Amino acid sequence: MSLTRADIENIARLARLQLTEAEIPVYVDSLSRIFAFVGELDQAPTAGISPMAHPLPGLAQRLRADVVSETDHRDRYQQNAPKVEAGLYVVPKVIE
Amino acid sequence: MEWETVIGLEIHAQLATRSKIFSGSATAYGAAPNTQANLVDLGYPGVLPVLNAEAVRMAVRFGLSIGAKVAPRSVFARKNYFYPDLPKGYQISQYELPIVAEGSIDIVLDDGTRKRVGITRAHLEEDAGKSLHEGLPGHSGIDLNRAGTPLIEIVSEPDLRSAKEAVAYMKKIHTLVRYLEICDGNMQEGSFRCDANVSVRPKGQEKFGTRAEIKNLNSFRFVEKAINYEIERQIELIESGGKVVQETRLYDPDKGETRSMRSKEEANDYRYFPDPDLLPVVLEDELIEKVRASLPELPDEKAARFARDYGLPEYDAGVLTASRELGAYYEDVAARVGSEPKLCANWVMGDLAAFLNKDGLEIGESKVDAAALAGLVTRIVDNTISGKIAKDVFEAMWASGESADAIIEQKGLRQITDTGAIEKAIDDVMAKNPGQLADYRSGKDKLFGFFVGQVMKATGGKANPAQLNDLLKKKLAG
Amino acid sequence: MSAPAATVAALARGLAAKEFSSVELTRSYLDRIQAAQPGLNAFITVTAEAALAEAAAADAARSAGTAGALTGVPLAHKDIFCTEGVLTTCGSKMLANFVSPYDAAVVSGLRQAGTVMLGKLNMDEFAMGSSNETSHFGPVRNPWDTAMVPGGSSGGSAAAVAARIVPAATATDTGGSIRQPAALCGVTGIKPTYGRVSRYGMIAFASSLDQAGLITVSAEDAALLLGPMSGFDPKDSTSVESPVPDYTRTLGDSLEGLTIGIVKEFFDKGLDAECESRIRDAMRVYEKLGAKFREVSCPNLPLSVPTYYVVAPAECSSNLARFDGVRFGYRCESPKNLTDLYMRSRGEGFGAEVKRRIMTGTYVLSAGYYDAYYLKAQRVRQLISADFARAFGEVDLLIGPTSPTPAFAIGAKCDDPITMYLNDIYTIGANLAGLPGMSLPCGFVGGLPVGLQLIGPHFSEARMLNAAHRYQLETDWHLQVPAAFA
Repeated sequence: MSLTRADIENIARLARLQLTEAEIPVYVDSLSRIFAFVGELDQAPTAGISPMAHPLPGLAQRLRADVVSETDHRDRYQQNAPKVEAGLYVVPKVIE
Repeated sequence: MEWETVIGLEIHAQLATRSKIFSGSATAYGAAPNTQANLVDLGYPGVLPVLNAEAVRMAVRFGLSIGAKVAPRSVFARKNYFYPDLPKGYQISQYELPIVAEGSIDIVLDDGTRKRVGITRAHLEEDAGKSLHEGLPGHSGIDLNRAGTPLIEIVSEPDLRSAKEAVAYMKKIHTLVRYLEICDGNMQEGSFRCDANVSVRPKGQEKFGTRAEIKNLNSFRFVEKAINYEIERQIELIESGGKVVQETRLYDPDKGETRSMRSKEEANDYRYFPDPDLLPVVLEDELIEKVRASLPELPDEKAARFARDYGLPEYDAGVLTASRELGAYYEDVAARVGSEPKLCANWVMGDLAAFLNKDGLEIGESKVDAAALAGLVTRIVDNTISGKIAKDVFEAMWASGESADAIIEQKGLRQITDTGAIEKAIDDVMAKNPGQLADYRSGKDKLFGFFVGQVMKATGGKANPAQLNDLLKKKLAG
Repeated sequence: MSAPAATVAALARGLAAKEFSSVELTRSYLDRIQAAQPGLNAFITVTAEAALAEAAAADAARSAGTAGALTGVPLAHKDIFCTEGVLTTCGSKMLANFVSPYDAAVVSGLRQAGTVMLGKLNMDEFAMGSSNETSHFGPVRNPWDTAMVPGGSSGGSAAAVAARIVPAATATDTGGSIRQPAALCGVTGIKPTYGRVSRYGMIAFASSLDQAGLITVSAEDAALLLGPMSGFDPKDSTSVESPVPDYTRTLGDSLEGLTIGIVKEFFDKGLDAECESRIRDAMRVYEKLGAKFREVSCPNLPLSVPTYYVVAPAECSSNLARFDGVRFGYRCESPKNLTDLYMRSRGEGFGAEVKRRIMTGTYVLSAGYYDAYYLKAQRVRQLISADFARAFGEVDLLIGPTSPTPAFAIGAKCDDPITMYLNDIYTIGANLAGLPGMSLPCGFVGGLPVGLQLIGPHFSEARMLNAAHRYQLETDWHLQVPAAFA
């Protein structure tokens, strides 16, 4: 199944990935190959089969007691932040 | 052309859990930025979500209270999009299998009629953080304290037909979540917000018109204004040949208008899929029944009981049950007074409410507690003071914190009920006003009020009004 | 004892007998690491100072009489595990400056057992790859022939153990990333049952497939180290509440009566004939040990690679959305606006294979394609799991090759992604079904190692390790060391 340049540009935008002009045809090619390959799944006899979201069937989500178990570690966590001011993570202006 | 409005509301209520829905961080409002955001909330590499049992219980509570089906198996899904207040780049929400489906709630309209509003579903999800714009020119500061706070999103059917109905529905849900103690309903702090989906169609047409979504309305007044503005905007647009665009809009309270959100360049494809880090939530019947057994008396039940047991009109019952605290206050007063439930209701809905409003206080902060108010009403019922004097006493009670009896004593406000004393006062007034007496006796009935006034003045307002009336009538008749 | 001959079991005994100290041992491994680094590039970060401090503490514990079985034994962690205070890069430019503020469950489990951390091992970027050629920090080389790949994504772990510059290493396996490099490097690898080992602190690639495991010299070593790594973790909702057995207790059990299924679909035309020959030799050893073979069929297995390349990219496209230059990690220079911040931080911070998989995943989850791709793949996953379940109704374990070929040349398979993806053709099925799997060295082809794969039912690690250990008592493939490192 062949993807177009427009497809790649759309997907890259959705995924917030800047691609260079040179990269675009490379991805058009490799993604087209991948989807051609993945097309084999169409043949699979999946009528009446439910999708498997978890590899171990029949397990249920465990519930956690409602207790506050964390203290403030802001300074330690913000050591990794590219840009911080007055305890806030700083980004270019968010327009609403 | 006659137009019909179609409105659906999506309400986001923050659940009043101690910790967040997927992490053990505190949910308390007002902490310094990012001091209540742990590694899970920050979406650090390698972290994983673990579900808060209380959030689940609260959602079940809500579902049962609206007569909804509680899903025995529900699934968390990722809603993927990029925004700086969304640290993981996805919000953990519920999509195809929400925890609560198909319920309803009744609202009372202005003309007193009841309307059943359908609720399509309610689901659990995590809240995002906040963007702050002050003090950072060209930039925004992100505070993730709120990221991960549990929300219940309540989606109504598009059953609402006017801004007023929408507000009535929103108020009812607001009351309900506070009754259930699952949300504090504090709209200033953002614990209770609503998005309104609004569309119009020609009256009689079955097909819905294109709808616009107005986001993040956090007051009843704004909801009403925003919807009304939007209705007019859409009608004007269509009538002048335009088409309503399906889009997200924001309400600007300063300008009183809605406007399109600039940042949404294209419709978001959220690419929902079941969150692989969380397993399906399976609810045993036992848990659901335990929650059902712990439900408090719900607003409608309480209102019906008040109407029945206290003989109150539906309107009064509705007002008095607007919150559990108010209902409890009323019942306390009524029990202590032991009679005249309507009188008690009038005092709670009237003078008490007025003073609470004036000082911006909730019923729990009232300067006159139920026992004190009951003390005052009792003195009206036993004729110690008149209803009119009681208003002055109440004002003094509010200001001083003293009891009704103390104030009545201090100010010498006891009613005069001694027939002889009242008759003497009447005789005096009649003697002092022969002209009016003559006029009255020759047919000027309106002068009755004049005499009442004069006797009240002479007795410092303390003559028992009912007795005064009777005696005055007899004496004036001659 | 010389490092090439050292196993965790032997080192633990030596330490207990005070034949050498942990500091001496750690120092000797650090020397070997330093010498091998230019040629192999197995490490991203070597934590020499901290390692020596930990070793000293281990020796002190020994003197105080509080040492446990693994106290003072050095090992290294794949750089996908968060290590507190230490650079954790996941092989990516995106995290090249990321110092983790916390320890992964695996790291703290092994630390609590007394092991000493030598450093963080190189890997394919964000665990995406089968050759360790996508690392931002350069490719890892196969110690058996440095022009060859070590396999991936745990290439650093496999190469380091094969060269005996570490006694053992942690690793992760999402589609074969433990087993395949173990096979290509002639060492032992184990991927436990999904949910056996906590994923907390393990940087996520594909959440429903990722599992932490080990690359070691022997099955016995794996048995020793798997216990402290395993067990229920309340911080991981997919972690299973199942008691952890003592994996060493049953290692020596007889294999009489063990039934082993030969998976028909594993012996397809893609399998190198010489490799197949080594596998069949191994099966004869098992027969000698009393095992009985029968052929089983898992007819949907040939669809495992396309299934995986829908499910894994879908999950990774979402898991990697958090890398946006806001709270940690790489941020582009002078972003013009918010969109620019995201587009360039991610475009510049991620390598080509990662971007390829993010885009694939974004596409298969997008409106209009979700049913045809994602749901379809999850249904095929159900079919594959059912195939395995049926097979395990007939046999105790499954056997087959780990990799279709031995190691290939660096740069040889970079043009067509599908060619690279097909390296995992025999390993992916176990990940889709959450089953435990191992790879054991079983011979050589053209001087390059070949691996034998065992797959077991859920939570059958003890039996699998037992089968592997008995094989290793009969053979010495696992004790072979490349000449350059002997």
